[in-house]
Amino acid sequence: MSSTTPPLAIVEESIPNAGKRRRGERTIRIRGARPGFWTYAILTTVFISAAFPLYWSFVIGSGDSSSLRERPWWPGGNFISNAITVMTNPAVNFWPALWNSIYSSFLIAAAVVLTSTLAGWAFAKLRFPGGPGMLAFVVATMAVPQQLGVVPLYILFSELGWTGQIGAIIVPALTSAFGVFWMTQYLRQSVPDELIEAARVDGASMIRTFWTVGVPAARPAAAMLFLFTFVGAWNNFFWPFIVLDPQNPTLPVALSLLQSNYFVDYSLVLAGVVLATIPLLLLFIFAGKQLVSGIMAGAVKG
Amino acid sequence: MSTAALPTDKPVRVLSFSQRLSKWDLKVSPYLYISPFFIMFAIVGLFPIAYTAVISFMDWDLVRNNGTFIGFDQYIWILQQPHFWTALRNTFSIFLLSTVPQLILAIFIAAVLDRNIRAKTFWRMGVLLPFVVAPVAVGLIFNVVFADNFGLINGILGDLGLPGIQWHKEPFWSHIAIATMVNYRWTGYNTLILLAAMQAVNRDYYEAATVDGAGPIRQFFSITLPSLRPTLIFVIITATIGGLQIFDEPRVFDQFGRGGAGQQWLTITLYLYDIGWGQWNFGRAAAMAWILFIIIVLIGLINLLITRSLVRDEGRRGAPVSRRQRRKEVAR
Repeated sequence: MSSTTPPLAIVEESIPNAGKRRRGERTIRIRGARPGFWTYAILTTVFISAAFPLYWSFVIGSGDSSSLRERPWWPGGNFISNAITVMTNPAVNFWPALWNSIYSSFLIAAAVVLTSTLAGWAFAKLRFPGGPGMLAFVVATMAVPQQLGVVPLYILFSELGWTGQIGAIIVPALTSAFGVFWMTQYLRQSVPDELIEAARVDGASMIRTFWTVGVPAARPAAAMLFLFTFVGAWNNFFWPFIVLDPQNPTLPVALSLLQSNYFVDYSLVLAGVVLATIPLLLLFIFAGKQLVSGIMAGAVKG
Repeated sequence: MSTAALPTDKPVRVLSFSQRLSKWDLKVSPYLYISPFFIMFAIVGLFPIAYTAVISFMDWDLVRNNGTFIGFDQYIWILQQPHFWTALRNTFSIFLLSTVPQLILAIFIAAVLDRNIRAKTFWRMGVLLPFVVAPVAVGLIFNVVFADNFGLINGILGDLGLPGIQWHKEPFWSHIAIATMVNYRWTGYNTLILLAAMQAVNRDYYEAATVDGAGPIRQFFSITLPSLRPTLIFVIITATIGGLQIFDEPRVFDQFGRGGAGQQWLTITLYLYDIGWGQWNFGRAAAMAWILFIIIVLIGLINLLITRSLVRDEGRRGAPVSRRQRRKEVAR
């Protein structure tokens, strides 16, 4: 991407006096040139605004109940003891919440990738009556807010006796209209039709073609879809908050309970926030680059 | 091949079993592949949406789990509630305070990132960092930053000799605080989308503009901004759909989660939750959900029209650049 930036300095040299007669010529900015101090000053400010709230919650979370009043700028020594207080508080259910978040997010992301890749392959590369219409319909449902479904879903799950169970947050999230749209867009561009025809001429069945042509081609987009679905499932709050019990929560639900339990002691609340954020910060360190390129790739195609 | 062999060959074109299987495979496979998605989607996506409409016309009995049809009464009840109008005002206020500054900031940061900087990946990851923090966690962190007593901001204001702000009492200031949470989490995400769109702009335009003596600011308004139009529409529509549904951040803005003692930060979804799972009235909650959906569609359409017309004007201003560009091309 960066290599497409044209070496403008050369253009500039080839027409040495082109702009000199015009006013304001002295500050022609050449986009190919290295930007100066202010660019990095702005970027540093942006970076600090992104990182500071997290740092600061660690600072407060490692203090004690009076640390907010004292307004420290450096971490204190109580993080471990605060963390243990949060983790062992029976009202918060930290460990069940962590486990629930991990396995529900994994299951959801895996199922979404599976169903979306299959459906995306069909929409992108196989011609069948009703295909384009169905795809348009799926895309249209992406604008429908989550709130529109929660009342019947709640009734459905309470009939089944699933309220309070993690299954109630996994099952509704097993498919994603966005996922289908995403995989369709990607596969449409990345697999040439000739490749499929060649496989068919060679006598490969449809599922074999999907497996040997589609799946390898889909892998990069599928990995990104997995990441985004995982982060989304992990952070989801509205529906889990409705359907789950405080005894068996996910991390965001447990976090919201933390505040009603400890609303006087912010150091414990923020220690809990830090604890609950660490898993995704680890994910970000390893996969942040993929998240960045996923967002940027999606923007160009979508 | 002899022509004599043809007549015997022609009429008996019996398909072998494997050929028939292959044909059947070709026809059925697509439906087979989309069926896992569509079956699940029908049960947990489409059925609830349709059924919400049915329930919204009913007085729902929680014990017997069925309802009696009462027409538009639930809708009328909601529209008569002062809380609904407060929630609508708060939702719009938070939506505007978050979307407008966020988009301006995102365009600005994207323009800076679009320059030929060092350590691109590092800065890009830096802006995206808040995206992985759960909205609930963001809410709790900023809740302490904006605490009325001893909060970070009021503390700094106190150091400067200024009076503290009543973040949790004044509606406007509570909206600012909640909008800040939204902006914190989403600005970087939108920045990257806009950055991708900026990088897709043909660099020849800038080249031509530089040659013609257009400064960076003129280039930004005449080339960059008009090229961002489709992306801006996408970002604004997404922000509208998400922003009007806001729930997580106002829910944790205090320990009670009911939008403040005087409904200062009660939003539509917070109100929906309160009707549904605080007052346990599912008919009204369903009607509320449909009202929210209608509002989202309306505002989405209005935003689409506004963005289109605004950026179309920019496009007209951008046109001379391309003409000059063409002239330059000819001169070459």
